[in-house]
Parts: sequence; structure tokens; C-alpha cells
Amino acid sequence: MSAAQTTRTADKPTEAPPEHRREWAHMALITIGPVVVALVIGGLGLIAMGGNPLTSYSYVAGRGLVSPSGLPATLTRVGPPVPIAASPIGALPAGVSDLGGDGAVPLGAVLVAAAGPALVEIFPVWIVLIVGLLIGAVVGMLWSVVPALLRAYQGVNEIITTLMMTFLGVSLANVLVKLAFLDPTTTVPQTRTLPVEDRLPRLFDTTVSSGLLIGLAVIIVVHLVMTRTAFGLKLRVVGANSKAAIHAGLPVPLLTVMVFGISAALAGLAGAVDILGTQGNVRADWNPAYSLTVVPLVFLARFNGFGTIAFVFLFSVLLIGGESAARKLGVPNYFSLVIVAILLVVLGLTEYLDQRRQQKVRN
Amino acid sequence: MGLFTEAFLTSLVLGAVVAGIPLLLAGLGEQLSEKAGVLNIGLEGMMLIGAYMGFLIAYVSGSTTLGFVFGALGGMAVAAIMALLCVRLGLNQIVIGIALTLGAEGITALLHNIQFSRTYPRLDAMDTLPIPFLSGIPVIGPAVFDRPVIVYIAILLVFVMIYLFRATHLGSALQAAGDKPAALDAAGVDVIRTRTVAVLCTGLFAGLGGAFMSIVGAGVFVPFMTHGNGFIGIVLAMLARGKPLWVLGGALLFGACLSMTTALQVAGVDIPTDVIQMLPFAMVMLVVILAGRRASLPLALGSSYVRGAR
Amino acid sequence: MVGSSASPVAAQGPVVSLRQVTKRFPGVVANDHVTIDLWPGEVHVLLGENGAGKSTLVGMLSGLQKPDEGEILIDGSAIDIASPRQALDLGIGTVFQHSMLVPSLTLVDNFTLGGPWWRRPDREGVAARMREQASSIGIRIDPYALAGSLSLGEQQQVEIVRALMRGSRCLILDEATAMLTPRDAEQLGELMRRLVARGLAVVFITHKLNEALAYGDRISVLRLGKNAGAMEPQVLKSADTSAAMAEVVRMMFGTNASGEAEAGGREARRAAGGKPVLAVDDLTVDDGSVPLSGISFTVAAGEILGLAGIDGNGQKQLAEALAGQRPIRSGSLKLKGVSLEKAGVGERRNHGLRYVTDDRLGEGTVGTFPVSTNLLLKQIGDRPFWKSGVEQPAAIADNARRYIGEFDVRTPSIETPVAKLSGGNIQKVLLARELSGAAEAVIFAKPTYGLDVQNIRSSRRRIREAAEAGRAVLLISTDLEEILELADRIAVMSQGRIVGTVDNDADARRKIGELMSGMTV
Repeated sequence: MSAAQTTRTADKPTEAPPEHRREWAHMALITIGPVVVALVIGGLGLIAMGGNPLTSYSYVAGRGLVSPSGLPATLTRVGPPVPIAASPIGALPAGVSDLGGDGAVPLGAVLVAAAGPALVEIFPVWIVLIVGLLIGAVVGMLWSVVPALLRAYQGVNEIITTLMMTFLGVSLANVLVKLAFLDPTTTVPQTRTLPVEDRLPRLFDTTVSSGLLIGLAVIIVVHLVMTRTAFGLKLRVVGANSKAAIHAGLPVPLLTVMVFGISAALAGLAGAVDILGTQGNVRADWNPAYSLTVVPLVFLARFNGFGTIAFVFLFSVLLIGGESAARKLGVPNYFSLVIVAILLVVLGLTEYLDQRRQQKVRN
Repeated sequence: MGLFTEAFLTSLVLGAVVAGIPLLLAGLGEQLSEKAGVLNIGLEGMMLIGAYMGFLIAYVSGSTTLGFVFGALGGMAVAAIMALLCVRLGLNQIVIGIALTLGAEGITALLHNIQFSRTYPRLDAMDTLPIPFLSGIPVIGPAVFDRPVIVYIAILLVFVMIYLFRATHLGSALQAAGDKPAALDAAGVDVIRTRTVAVLCTGLFAGLGGAFMSIVGAGVFVPFMTHGNGFIGIVLAMLARGKPLWVLGGALLFGACLSMTTALQVAGVDIPTDVIQMLPFAMVMLVVILAGRRASLPLALGSSYVRGAR
Repeated sequence: MVGSSASPVAAQGPVVSLRQVTKRFPGVVANDHVTIDLWPGEVHVLLGENGAGKSTLVGMLSGLQKPDEGEILIDGSAIDIASPRQALDLGIGTVFQHSMLVPSLTLVDNFTLGGPWWRRPDREGVAARMREQASSIGIRIDPYALAGSLSLGEQQQVEIVRALMRGSRCLILDEATAMLTPRDAEQLGELMRRLVARGLAVVFITHKLNEALAYGDRISVLRLGKNAGAMEPQVLKSADTSAAMAEVVRMMFGTNASGEAEAGGREARRAAGGKPVLAVDDLTVDDGSVPLSGISFTVAAGEILGLAGIDGNGQKQLAEALAGQRPIRSGSLKLKGVSLEKAGVGERRNHGLRYVTDDRLGEGTVGTFPVSTNLLLKQIGDRPFWKSGVEQPAAIADNARRYIGEFDVRTPSIETPVAKLSGGNIQKVLLARELSGAAEAVIFAKPTYGLDVQNIRSSRRRIREAAEAGRAVLLISTDLEEILELADRIAVMSQGRIVGTVDNDADARRKIGELMSGMTV
């Protein structure tokens, strides 16, 4: 009983241009808006502490971006958080709140830092680099096995288990640095250093490591896999509605374990990239702890890879410039933590107001 | 020196109590929230603010009692934000919880740096209140019955909670708020208000626990000093299945793990600090693996209540 | 024999009156100038189809919502019922279809909810009053039992006791029999009679005609939010059953909607039968609440086998086991001779087994995903919609447009998130997905649940067409009328077993009723 085509349904998604533009404007508002509001609130905080937000922020922007040592330094420092951001992009839309990145990163880093100098004596550099990246990924993946199985087969909330694994990972990494892989030739407790010429090649003439390119590539690949492939769609179905996933015949426990594995592998990989590209070794008590602060950025970008890159860049600018400002003002850079916290809250409020507005429109 | 000498055991039990009290308070507080249906991930932040405020006020005023009071109030202030955003407005409890924790870490570290990084003041050790006769028992005596008053208060709170849950209307209301809020609403009780009260009390407890860490435990405030205690408290609450006594047991167990370092040093055993530091978290993972599915939670946990949405 | 009333309080005015009560929601007028009087000593039935506005009315009487226009009178004075608590204070008690008891609390603790927070609940006193009140209306309850351990019927009785203890003068039973066995429903009917004998005004909301006539003293019919007619006690008492039924049906539907001759279609189809397409033999399935055992049946091509029974007797478990979402402990499942007991969901689907679930948004679709994606939810990765795992937007869009047209799905665009569609259109999406391609056997679970009249008709038409096209259809439904209209044979399910199978002839209704209440045919 097929009915003739009438004007009930839109045949082609030919939205009139004004509507398209309005949607884009709306998206921009609810994405950039929270950032602006957060900066404003942070500025008020600065005023309360006796600082001048305008000079502070412009100093931060300047040091972060414009000055001669600024942009390359920023790009160098942007390197590590970028591939880490790939991890939640794969996990969060699949419904997995994997907060274990801050454990996987140092562990991956340590094992790569230990293996690197040893392997370099035997194999050519490019093999060592590839093997190093693999080691990082595998280590990360192994570290997520227990929380993954607990979640997939016992339904145990992964926020707690991955956080516990993070604390364990950081401590274990420290143990490894101080005991197993200690460099006997230096007084500072750290692993043996990978010589500069054996690290990831630099970009052109700058100090920026090609690890940055690897990181960008990884994020883009993860983004495309999540949004354009059947595999990514399966993961998103599991995350959006696990009952529907079962109904559709998707192997939910297996997919869940895979998501954990992938996201943790990406975190471990990020650690490897940092070592092989920039650091060269791992010092004791080295824990940049990017993961927890990158997760809200991924939320802000609505899991979009390109948006995430933009926000991570912004965050790094804040971090670098903030460090300089901190040194200048004598104030440590804990401020960025506060900004991120404010950002999360404002983001939540924005979503809430947005939903309220949409409901009113529907009425 | 051997492992099971009196000195080692005393040190261990002592350390277990000192490390366990903050866990106990955090766990009790979280249990209160979870019973009412609110997953409070911001516990760590509440403890930190409590630790900072407690230390600050105790140092400035010279009175540890005032320090504890303000520590508790500080925790409650953070909880108030959580109550407003999550209970009243219905924002995502996990995102807000993480935000509050990060914010607390940043603000306290910042303030500490501004105020104390040059002077590094310390508090004197608190006076203890020995309980006659009981404090004479070897090993357990000095560790448990010759402690500052706040320790007794914390343990007393366990029994207050037991009474509250079993023998008051509030206890039933909390249980209903977490299990079936619609039924509570139909009985004419304000669900939002009940949950708000629960969350504020959680902040109170957590703040107290944090203040304990800085005033009694360390005698000083160090940025990020809670180091995962809040999250351990969340795990304790999840595993204790609504029974305050189990929180006490778990807190002492994990406290013992946390204090292993010092105890082992007393015993002359030389294991690196970092390995010891792994112990509590490894223990948590072990317990979670063993308990598995049976870490039960109230039905309405994590979801906000909207009247009329059946 | 229609309901009887023997109450002595005829001289009083109505306890509650609704005058011109109107309530609007976005896009629909749920109640349109409704006027009803609720008298003490009467069972007043509010009868109407799904969507007629009954639940909204109940919501306003119990304080959950406020009318936009009109007024509610209690004992003659207009009152603004601002909250559930106030409704209770005014003497209006409501028993909902879904229990309002906290499962992890005892009955006593449930009853004492809401006292001053620091005080100890008066458990002994309340327990004594509970037992007293319960026995005064002829039922027994254990105040210290956990609410979660009671059956639904028992929980409803507890709620009635609670309403009485609160001094309710007007008791509203909202679709109270929807989930009860016929015997429990009868017990409830008798309980209602005892309640009105004490002078209460009982309001019984239902869409089931037979219950309305059996238990009611007065019937008010709602249709599309408006008053659509009423039957006074005297009329109801004196009329005979079939005449009364016809009159009420006319009020509910506006036409003689009973038995639009679809029977003709059935005759044509029965000729097509023959070899079984779907064959189930001695199936055993594990489950925490209703395990299945000894399930055996066959469905031929072109045949509709109806599976009747009260909700919660294993139907959902059976559907899930057949579809592959639940493991089969023992027994065989054959589709066109191919054994599928060990096959996964995808494999069964590929062999032609389709499952239209009753849980449309919870399980059947992903609400936040677009219609086009949901249409392919069970074919993720298949060609030509995905090539080597990469999605092909053009093919996906073409597919979506084709089915939206064929199944008349009303949606702003193919990219609209499915949750934004109305219930009827979501059902159409499900039907389009499951009835397309090489479907051999289709399982329908409660296909018209919650739909309006139009969509019910078109869904039933699709089911008929599926059979006419040669497929084997298993129709699982709690709506007996639906099964009687569509099925060729009817199996009755109770407590996880099939207790009997009958042909759909003139005697079917009686035999099914007997099977459901435990008698063997």
C-alpha cells in the first residue's frame, strides 16, 4: 500500500540558506560562549586577587602565540595533549568514561623511555621509533584490561576503576623509573636519555617535533572512524543505547572491551610520542596529568575531532602563556585548573539553558 | 627489627586510625548522598577545601575547633554548588563533580601559594584525650583510645548515621529519594529538598575529613594533599551497601594500607615509598574485582528527579 | 449482568465535581471542557480509548497538574489543588497503575514517609492501624513485609488501604487492572463494591469495556478530550449486556466499530497455509522471574498465530529468545527447516527472522540518531550502505527516502532524530525496517500499544499484509480484541508455558478466558 509522494516529507535536505546559517551561529554560540564566559569569570577572579585581567590575558596570549619563542614553544607543548585528546574522542561517544589516561601515559612513556636507548644500539632509528610507538600503545591497552572486563562483564562503573588504575599507574611508573630503569650516570632520578638525533625528527627548522603531526593525524583518524565508519557507528550505538545495541545484534561486551583498549592504547601512544619526540627520558614524579583536563575539552567540542584540536590548542596557549605570566607575576599556574573547572560548569549551564530554550520553542 | 613487634603494630594501628578517619568521614558523607540518589564525584574537591579552610582558620585563630568548624563549612559550600547545579537544575552529576574537584585543586593550590609558600607554617600536634583504662591496652590502646576528640566524634558519627537510617523519618525519606523518588513525592515530601540536605551533609562530612587531614594528619596544608582519598571514599560508599559499619571497617582497612609506609619504616623494612603508595589503590581494585556486580547502588542513582515524568 | 449498587447515601451531593475543566499541552488539548460529577457510594467508570484524556484528568484530581480553565469543586466549593499532598488532605486518594511504593522499604516505612525528620516513626501504631483498616475491607497485609516482595495486585491493595487510612472519600483507580490476572481483577472489582458500601466515591479508569460494565454503577465516556456520553445507574442496571456494550461503543468511537468485517481477509489467508515456516519445539529459556519451559508451536506461511496472555507471563522472554537476544537452554528453533538455536541476532535476521519490539525508544531505536540511521540499525556495515566499512551517505539517504515514502512516515527530514517523531511514526520506522528485505517470519510484540486509532488501524493493516504476502506472523499482544481481529489461531501463555491453543472461531473468546484463568480446555 505505498502512497504517492506528496509534500509530507522533505525529499532532499535542501535547507534554506538562512536556516543553515542560523544553525551554525547557534553551534558557535554554545561552543565559544562558554569559553568567553569562563574567561570573564576567571578575569573577575584575577581582579579579586589584585591582578589585572586584561594585561594578564594579553600577556598570556602574547607569550603563548606571538613572541618569537612563543609559537614554536606553544606548538611543542601542544604536542603531548593533542594525541591524548584522541582517547576520549574514541571512548566518550561509546559511553565509556575512561579516565585512565593519566596512568597510561606515564606507563607508556616509561617503558618506551627504557626500551628506546637500548634498542637504538641495535636497530636503525626509524625501526626504534615505530617500535616505541607500538610499545606505548600496547602498554596502555594492557593497563585498561581490568577496568574493561569489569565494566563489560560485571557492569562495574569505570569512572572509579579507571581512576584507581591511574593512581596505580603513576606510582608504578615512578617505581620503574627509580628502581628498574634508573640511569646510573646522572644524579637526577630519571631513565637513560634517548639522544636527540635518535628522536622523532623535527619539523623544518624549529624545535617543534613531528610528534605534533602524529598527534594531529591520530585525532583526525579517530574522528573519522567514529563518524564515518560502520565500526564507529557500532561504538556510538553502544554508547547511546546499549539495549538497542543488543537488539541490533551488536556484541556489546566485546565492543566495550575494544573501546577501552583503543582509548587506552591512544593514551599510551601519546606518552610514547612525548618521549620519543620531546622529552627523551622520564624523570621521577613526572606526571603532566593532561588527561583529566582534556576530557572536558572533548565534551566542549561535542566529541568533534577538529573542534577538540582547536580547544586543545587554546588550552595549551593558556598553559604556556600562563606559565610565563606566572613566572612574571610570581603566581603559579594553578589558574588553568580553575579556568577549566569554570569552563565545565559554564558548559553544563549552557547545555541546560539551551535545552530549556529548545523546549520553549517547541511549545 | 621484626615485622610483628609491638612497635610495628602500634604504628600500623595508629596510622590506620589517622589515615582512616578522613576516609571514614568521606565515605559516610558519600553514603548519605548515594542513599538519596546523588553520585557525588566532587568529594575530593570538598575534602580539599575543607583541608585548606581548616588549616587556615586553625592557624590564624589558634583554635583547632574553629578550624574543624570552618573546614566543615568549606566542604558544605562546595556541596552547595553541587546541590544547586545537579539537584536543583539537573546538570550532569559526573561532569560537575569533576569540575568541582579540579576547581578546588586549583583554587587551594593557588591560595596556598599566595599565602604560605614563603613561610610554610606548621600547626602543633593536637592534644589528645585519653579514655581512662581503655587507653592502657597494648597496641590498640594508644592508637584508638588516646586520640584527639575529633577521632571519637568521627567514630560516634557512624552510630549516629546508623540511628538516622534505621530510626528516623529522614532515613526512610533518604532511602525513598534514592530508590523511588516518585513515591516520596507522592507522599508529599519534597524530593529536591531531601536530596539537597543529603548533599550538604556530605559536604559537611567531607570538609571535616579534609580538615582532619591537614590539622591532625599532617599539621600543614600541601596542595593536592588529599591524593585520591575522596575517590577512595566514593568506592567505600559504593561497596558498603548502605551500612555505615562497613564504611568504618573499610576505612580502617584502607587506612592501614595508606599508613603502611611509616609502619614499615618503624619495623626497619625498606620498601620504596612508591610501592607502598600503590597498596591502597591496589587493594581497592582487588575488592572491586571480588565484589563485582554486588556493589549495589540505589535504583535512582545519578538521575535527576522531575515531577510528573513517570 | 451489569453492576449493582446498594449504597444508602443517595441524598448527598457529589464529593468531587469537575466543571468545564480544560487542560492544554503543546499541540493537543488533552481535556476539553470536561464536566463530571463523582457521587459517594458509586463506582463511577471513566471509560475511553488511549489518548482520550483520562490520565490528564487523574493528574489534575491528584494534584500533579492544574487545569488551564474550569474548576474543580470539592463538596460544592471550588478548590485549587496545588500539590499531591493537598489532594490527599482534601480526601482524594489515587492508586496508579504503577506502584508508588518504595521497593526497599517495608510497608510500614512506606506509610510513615513524610513525618518530622528527627522523630522515630510510630511503626507499631501504624502497623496496627494498617491491619485494622485492611481487615475492615476484607484483605490481609503484613505491615513489615518489604514492598518489593509483594505482587502487583497485592501492592495495589496496599495502596487502597493507604488511601483509606488517609481518610480518602474519593478513591481514584487509574487503569488498576491493566496488569492483573483476570482473577485478581475480579477481586479488585469485589473490593470496589465493598468500598462504595462504606460510602466512598470510587472512580475506576479503564479502557476495557467488559470491566466497565461488570463493576461500574455509572459510566462516563471520554473521547478526544471531551465528554462523549454517560450512562446513568438506572440505565446501566436495567439494560442487558450486549445492548449496553453497543451503546457504550457508539459513544467511544462514534460508529459501530465492533467487528468491521476483517474476517473475510482471514478466510482468504487460511487457504494459503501449509508447511510450517517457523517451528519451535520444547523450548526452555532461563529467566530470573518467568522462566520458559516446554514452548512448542508452529506458524505456517501466510498464517497469523496470536499469543495471548496477561503481561508478564513470559511473552517478552519468548520474543527475546526467538530473536536471539536471550540464550536458549534447550529445545529447537527452526526457520524453514534451518536450526537457529545457536545463531546470533544478525544471523537469524539474515535467515529472515524479524522482530518488531514493543519497546520502541528503549530498545528498537536510538532516539538521538537520525531516521535514516535507525532504518539501517540492524544492517550496520552491510553493502551497499557501507563499502569496506566506510559509510555511503547517498545509498543510506536513498534507502531512507524509499521507506519513508512507502510506509508513510511523517518526519521533517531523513536526518531528524527519531525521538522527535510521534509514537505512531516511530512504529512505522520499526515496521519499515523489519518488514523490508527478505523477511520470512515476523514477530510483533504489542504493536499497537500506546498508538491512536488511526495508527492502530494502519499497523493492523500492515500485519495483515505481511501475512498475505506469505510470511509467518507471530502476534504477541495483551490486547485480546486485537488478537481476535487478526489471528488465525491463538495460543495462550501463562507462567512461562503455553497452556493451550485454539482456532479463532466464534467460541474463541470464551475458551481463551478459561485458559487464562487456569482452566484446561
